Amino acid sequence: MKKLLLSSVVVLIGFTFIGRLSYLQLFRFSADQILDDPAIKKVYDYPERGYIYDRDGQLLVGNQAAYDVMVIPREVKPLDTLEFCQLLGIDKKTFDIKMEKARTYSPRLPSVLVPQLSKEDYATLQEKMRHFAGFYIQKRSLRYYNTHSAANVLGYISEVNEWDLQNNPYYVAGELKGRTGIEKQYEDLLRGRKGVKHIQKDRFNRDIGPYKNGKLDTLPQQGNEIHITLDKELQEYGEKLMHGKRGGIVAIEPKSGEILAMISGPTYDPALLVGRERSKNYSKLHYDTISKPTWDRSILAQPSPGSPFKTLNALVGLQEGVIDENTQFRCYHGFYVGNTLRGCHCGGGVRDLNSGIYQSCNAYFAGVFRKIFSKYETTDEGMSVWEKHIKSFGLGNYLGSDIPTGAPGRIPDVEYYDKWYGNGRWASSTIISNSIGQGEIAATPLQLANMTAAIANRGYFYTPHIIKSVGDNGAIDPSYTEPRYTTIDRKHFDPVIEGMANVYEYGTARWVKIPGVNIAGKTGTVENYIRVDGERMQLTDHSVFVAFAPIENPQIALAVYIENGYFGSRYAGHIASLLIEKYIKGEITRTDLEKRMLEKTLEHEYAKPYSGEPFKINEREW
Amino acid sequence: MSGKGPFGRLDWITVILYALLVFIGWLNIYSTSVGDTDTSIFDFSTLYGKQLFFIGLAFAGIIFVLFVESNFFERFSSIFYVVSIVLLLGLFVFGKTIAGATSWYDLGFFNLQPSELAKVTTSLALAKFLSDIQTDIRTRKHQMYALIIILLPAILILPQPDPGSSLIYFSLFFVLFREGFPLYYLGILIFAVVLFATTLMFGTVWVAIGLIIITLLIYTFKKASVKIPILPVIGAVVVAILFSLSVNFVFEKVFEQRHRDRFALWLSLEKDEDKLDEIRKTIGYNTYQSEKAIESGGFSGKGFMEGTRTKGDFVPEQHTDYIFSSVGEEWGFLGSAAVILLFSFFFLRLIYIAERQKSDFSRMYGYGVISILVFHYFINIGMVIGLLPTIGVPLPFFSYGGSGLIFFTMLLFVFLKLDSNRLKDGI
Repeated sequence: MKKLLLSSVVVLIGFTFIGRLSYLQLFRFSADQILDDPAIKKVYDYPERGYIYDRDGQLLVGNQAAYDVMVIPREVKPLDTLEFCQLLGIDKKTFDIKMEKARTYSPRLPSVLVPQLSKEDYATLQEKMRHFAGFYIQKRSLRYYNTHSAANVLGYISEVNEWDLQNNPYYVAGELKGRTGIEKQYEDLLRGRKGVKHIQKDRFNRDIGPYKNGKLDTLPQQGNEIHITLDKELQEYGEKLMHGKRGGIVAIEPKSGEILAMISGPTYDPALLVGRERSKNYSKLHYDTISKPTWDRSILAQPSPGSPFKTLNALVGLQEGVIDENTQFRCYHGFYVGNTLRGCHCGGGVRDLNSGIYQSCNAYFAGVFRKIFSKYETTDEGMSVWEKHIKSFGLGNYLGSDIPTGAPGRIPDVEYYDKWYGNGRWASSTIISNSIGQGEIAATPLQLANMTAAIANRGYFYTPHIIKSVGDNGAIDPSYTEPRYTTIDRKHFDPVIEGMANVYEYGTARWVKIPGVNIAGKTGTVENYIRVDGERMQLTDHSVFVAFAPIENPQIALAVYIENGYFGSRYAGHIASLLIEKYIKGEITRTDLEKRMLEKTLEHEYAKPYSGEPFKINEREW
Repeated sequence: MSGKGPFGRLDWITVILYALLVFIGWLNIYSTSVGDTDTSIFDFSTLYGKQLFFIGLAFAGIIFVLFVESNFFERFSSIFYVVSIVLLLGLFVFGKTIAGATSWYDLGFFNLQPSELAKVTTSLALAKFLSDIQTDIRTRKHQMYALIIILLPAILILPQPDPGSSLIYFSLFFVLFREGFPLYYLGILIFAVVLFATTLMFGTVWVAIGLIIITLLIYTFKKASVKIPILPVIGAVVVAILFSLSVNFVFEKVFEQRHRDRFALWLSLEKDEDKLDEIRKTIGYNTYQSEKAIESGGFSGKGFMEGTRTKGDFVPEQHTDYIFSSVGEEWGFLGSAAVILLFSFFFLRLIYIAERQKSDFSRMYGYGVISILVFHYFINIGMVIGLLPTIGVPLPFFSYGGSGLIFFTMLLFVFLKLDSNRLKDGI
């Protein structure tokens, strides 16, 4: 026993040690711990972020250099502080505070002393820099905007946050990432891939040479150039027209689904979110909760579409065979639901399809709507058929475009009304407002523009998209080049389009006709309410307009939605007309119309509910 | 003397194992201390250069030991012992303080650490005393003498302060156990350590309950024929509980916060993640970094001179006490397990040699040597791989340091010299 004691102890210790070593080195070891090895620093080589061009190859977004003045406190030698401060354009006190901050952070590591110098300051400073030991200039790349428009489409980039870091291992604190718009949607393409150098460090965090002689290092991959479908001139012109107005405009090329313009009012200059003033500007925009400049009304606003929606009801009626071109309904300056008269502004009389559309007769479309439902034995069945047709135009759900934000709109269905009224306790007459695009229907300007494109194409559309081509081979998502067919046969479109053409000839938009261009359009005037301090009040109607042109060979389909712009042809109709002319002719012939739109604002309308006083709506004067 | 000269009957297996350990140790010192600039390995301004010089000195020491008559050590052991005690006492007056411990004499070219010398002389003195014909370890009086021989240097070293070295002397108890010192002392010692740890981990109440339950279980399941007297058992349980109570007192009142933190980390007493983090950054920093370095070595290691944490100097004192973490990082599980095996074979070989001695003195001295080496190895590697709290003792033959290497070598080769003469001296 006593002879074996020490030997047993030695063996026991050996087993314990090897056991512990296997725990540490075999069980707890993981191959990717190089990531948190404090001894290996990764130094990144950032490629230039890709440029963004419009459909004609005009530059929209590029990059610009900015210059940070950096300091390594430990290497600073006595200097002429006064002269240096003068060069930097800061005072001595700021300089001292910043130096102290840098020293606290780390005496050995670089800190930013003055961020984002302009090119001019940089030029003068650069020559004298060698007199100031411990300071140096570091170049950074910022976004440069070749336009003051399209902020909502282009989006902005900003530093990655905690969430990004946790969810995407690619990013490292301090890097930039697309936050909204194209910058977000095509982040991976635009940003390229950064190169990595592994540097061996000691425990004072000093570099002591490349790790494994650079065996694991990678080279940066350039960011891709992106061409988008926007038409720079059209976008800029549209934003000018939106001056002082709230609302959204979307223009689409029907034969491709390419978005030509996507305008939201009010908007902002994209350059505001770049550079030294960025955070100040961002707060200003973000906290404007009344006019909401960062809220993209072209894809997020979901008003009721109003009368433009009547065209779809006409198409459903024709497809279901419950009406033809000659089917007539009488308008009693309105129509009866039970014993209640619901009004109509068309002037009254007998209406057929054509005049029903161009005069926007409520009674006519209420009649069509009822006929669709009476074809089927139950309301539920009629509702399902109607809903299926309407949804085939891309309404009531996300369209699947490549814009990273959006809204589904709403097309009510059986379930929706069963919940609302109770099972079997509603009928077509209960939901008759849907016949004229009011009631429970909601659609974004993008959806309305797409619906118009589907009519222009006589029965199909392409998923609206903003990407035109990427990089050298230009390939984009193939789903954007596949037509999506509606449930309406081609032959039914012509009578409806004829009615829409007559809107310009005899109808609600005859004042905004463009000489020499055949346009089909439809006005909309949408009642709306808001709540201010718990009080529900009606505001001036929204002005809505959809149109496409030319009728024979549609090149542009658009939807214009102007908040509280009163009737459809007033603001929306004017703007639609000007945009179409601009796009098709390239110049504006009706300068009086243009002048009116550039000058008139709706600020007085938007101020009304917040004035605290009773106010009139839908005023004739403008 | 046999006709084969001083090297004749040397145990070459041990010598080869020794040389391997020194060589591997030096390689790792080289890896931890080599800079960017190419310098010769003989550059004495570098740590590895100096260590090479120390290795040279150690070889000179070996030659010296081998040429000395082997009974020289036995005959003068008492004088050596007295000299080293005087040297230890002299430290209180002439000592040089390095890193907070007054453990050195400044000899100009060399800092002498008498506590290292005392390990050799105490082993010799203990062996001499125990092998004396008049000594009977079974008597209390002689047990007491033996204890004094062991504990005197330990007590002198403690206030330097150098608790690590002081602790090493307790390893000489293995010599006593080998020579008939009752084994239940060891049992009591182990039991006390277990009680200490469990009290800290679970508290006195649970320890008491556990002790009572175990006692009851033993009584319930023992064979009826086995009689265990009741009173002494109750007494033992009461003493154990009192000891457990005293542990709390000692821990709270006698220990300083840094000691408490070490135990807190070792026994995972601290559950608060923030405080644990704080401890890791301060008192447990070395252990944490060393564990991380070993862990990052994985199965096959990062390769010689490729250890990122070693090169980055993340493990403090890596060339001295934490040298094994460099083995772990650069040579991986394969390398570190191989070093453990190497040490184990080395020790087992030494035990084998000790047991074949015909002279009591040689055997007892041998046991002293082995106990001291094993204890260093156990505490050092246990600390480096995070099994034991931080106690600063070097890893024999591996760690950087002149006194350590030279006296470990002397310790070993005096024994090998005795062994080479075993046939001649055998009685």
